[in-house]
Amino acid sequence: MTDDEIYQRLGGIFDDVFEYEGPLGADTVSADVDGWDSVGHIRLVLAAEEAFGVRFEPKEVVGLNDLGELVAAIRQKAG
Amino acid sequence: MEPIAHLGWLPPAPDDFAARAKALKAAEGDLSAELRSLATHRLDANQLQRLARIVEGARDRTNGLSPFRLGIVSNATTDFITPAIIGSGLRHGLAIEIVAGPYGQCMQEALDPGSTVNRAGCDAVLLAIDSRGYPLHSAPGDAQAGEAAVAAALGQVEAMRGGLAAHCPNVIVQSLPPLPEQYLGGYDAVLPGSEGQAVAAFNTGLAARTGGGLLLLDVAGLAARAGLDRWHDPAAWNVAKQPFSHALIPAYAENLARLLGAMRGKSRKVLVLDLDNTVWSGVIGDDGMDGINIAQGDATGEAHLALQAYALGLRERGVVLAVSSKNTDEIARQVFREHPDMLLREEHIAVFQANWTDKASNLRVIAETLNLGLDSLVFVDDNPAERELVRQRLPQVAVPELPDSSAFYVRTVAAAGYFEAAGFSDEDRARSKFYEQNAKRVAVQAAAGGIDDYLASLAMTIRFAPFDERGRARIAQLINKSNQFNLTTRRYTEGEVAALGEDSSVITLQIRLEDVFGDNGMISTIIARVDGAEAEIDTWLMSCRVLGRRVEEAALAELVRLLRGRGVSKLTGIFRPTERNGIVVDHYRKLGFSLDSAGEAGEERWLLDIGVADFDFPDIFAHVLRDGQDA
Repeated sequence: MTDDEIYQRLGGIFDDVFEYEGPLGADTVSADVDGWDSVGHIRLVLAAEEAFGVRFEPKEVVGLNDLGELVAAIRQKAG
Repeated sequence: MEPIAHLGWLPPAPDDFAARAKALKAAEGDLSAELRSLATHRLDANQLQRLARIVEGARDRTNGLSPFRLGIVSNATTDFITPAIIGSGLRHGLAIEIVAGPYGQCMQEALDPGSTVNRAGCDAVLLAIDSRGYPLHSAPGDAQAGEAAVAAALGQVEAMRGGLAAHCPNVIVQSLPPLPEQYLGGYDAVLPGSEGQAVAAFNTGLAARTGGGLLLLDVAGLAARAGLDRWHDPAAWNVAKQPFSHALIPAYAENLARLLGAMRGKSRKVLVLDLDNTVWSGVIGDDGMDGINIAQGDATGEAHLALQAYALGLRERGVVLAVSSKNTDEIARQVFREHPDMLLREEHIAVFQANWTDKASNLRVIAETLNLGLDSLVFVDDNPAERELVRQRLPQVAVPELPDSSAFYVRTVAAAGYFEAAGFSDEDRARSKFYEQNAKRVAVQAAAGGIDDYLASLAMTIRFAPFDERGRARIAQLINKSNQFNLTTRRYTEGEVAALGEDSSVITLQIRLEDVFGDNGMISTIIARVDGAEAEIDTWLMSCRVLGRRVEEAALAELVRLLRGRGVSKLTGIFRPTERNGIVVDHYRKLGFSLDSAGEAGEERWLLDIGVADFDFPDIFAHVLRDGQDA
């Protein structure tokens, strides 16, 4: 799966989870998105797990600093 | 086929769900109908949250929904369940507002009169506490220590309930799912003092304590039906302090919402069954009596028989059964009369609509014949086209999706929880029979001459009593369920009903009616507030099944008698119009009141001078009895 495909699908997930339809990039961080707090982060990870058919370990869930790291993790797990 | 975990009785969310939700957010006017329609789909937590945000931003535009303020006290995080509860509430006609206490401070929230939850004026407080929140320490092999732990945990519930009850009429407590991990394998179930035994004893103790404002949310039952292995999710707890699997949040929220709905009188009352390929396998008009299949010992036949048995089980619990089928009446009825394998018989069906009219029209006839709203009906039909037609034409009617395999019809209908109860009284048990007898009454009425002759022929006994403990559950149920013959539609909980019964400035009446057909049970309640020589009728409601029996006149005569005994000479009746109570728009005029004033939202005040003399009871009643008298 290419990063473009991942970002495209994440666009739908950000709409579903945060009702956010703005731009997404590797440098997007939680402060950019209304509702992306600690609870929102878990909702985001759950939605990503479901959409990409992957599973994150607890330490991976809390250790992500920006969207680029999440995309890299998805790319690695989803193959 | 897992209808419980996946809300399988609901149609899948439409592809344009997000677009419709966005459009609704920008829409003007009242949003109730579209919110409820969108919520009546198989939604995930994010979709429920989307609807919850709309509700929170537009509460003043949800007038078609009943407001419900729910306090939550929890030993876990409530962030994930809160939006799902609000979204699921829409499905049950509720606009839920949630007041959550701070994380993990259950006892403080419950006992401190100044706590967030206690100050909020909640309609109910949910103790969303799982086994981590109770001191159910195990004591392997030590029965006595095990019992002590259970007693301590139940004592904690009692203490929290006591603290909350001073501020809120209803407390909802959760049963505990069994824990998934064993220690000594199957022997855990035998060993006294084990966790498993403690959880089971705790749940039994909770069930025994319900009533009088304490309600049970059976989380143990939900978890068991969904599967304990799936329910318990240690990662969800460790990462997020979410006490059970995220995937089951919609199912949990749905189960809670339907209990809140039941408290507000939103549960369904009638099961309407299609016949061909629903009640039996095959098409009676084509296959004939010998061709349809409901045979014991046949896999398909038994599946349809199971649905019949389930319908009969519901009937025993007060659910009214009806039939809507595209068939020739005589041919369809013949199966009920003559087929030896049928469990359902004609006398079980209150209204039988077999004809070639469309089903939406037939469902209207069923509702009208039973004097119930369309929102009392559940319609079960194997044909997706019929289901869709009814959903579109009559969105008030609940229409479950049915799976392809008839073996799972019962599971799916049961999973929907349409008939959720917040209590169960003798009247409930007998209710379906009342409706069946009502059909007979209509027949007798047609045959009799004048209406008073007919009423006299019913040999009615009317009984009056003030609110008491025995009648309390049924009184609260009437107050919360009656929409049509209800002058003010004020709702009171069981706890409030108890308080009204003890208030010396309030005159309360519960009215029962018997006739030649049997006991109608409690059919009317009145609450009047006395202030010196004046009194005001706060609540007057009556079950529609005794309409036209002159019960209102008798009730007024009794009320006037009681008020005059207290020196009251001026009586005011209030009428507050709603979408449903048009039936009583002329109630006070018919009883001789005169219109005094009309206020906000069409509220009317009607006056009656009762200073001169008592009122006569209509002479069509065989007996007029008061508390404790015998005929």
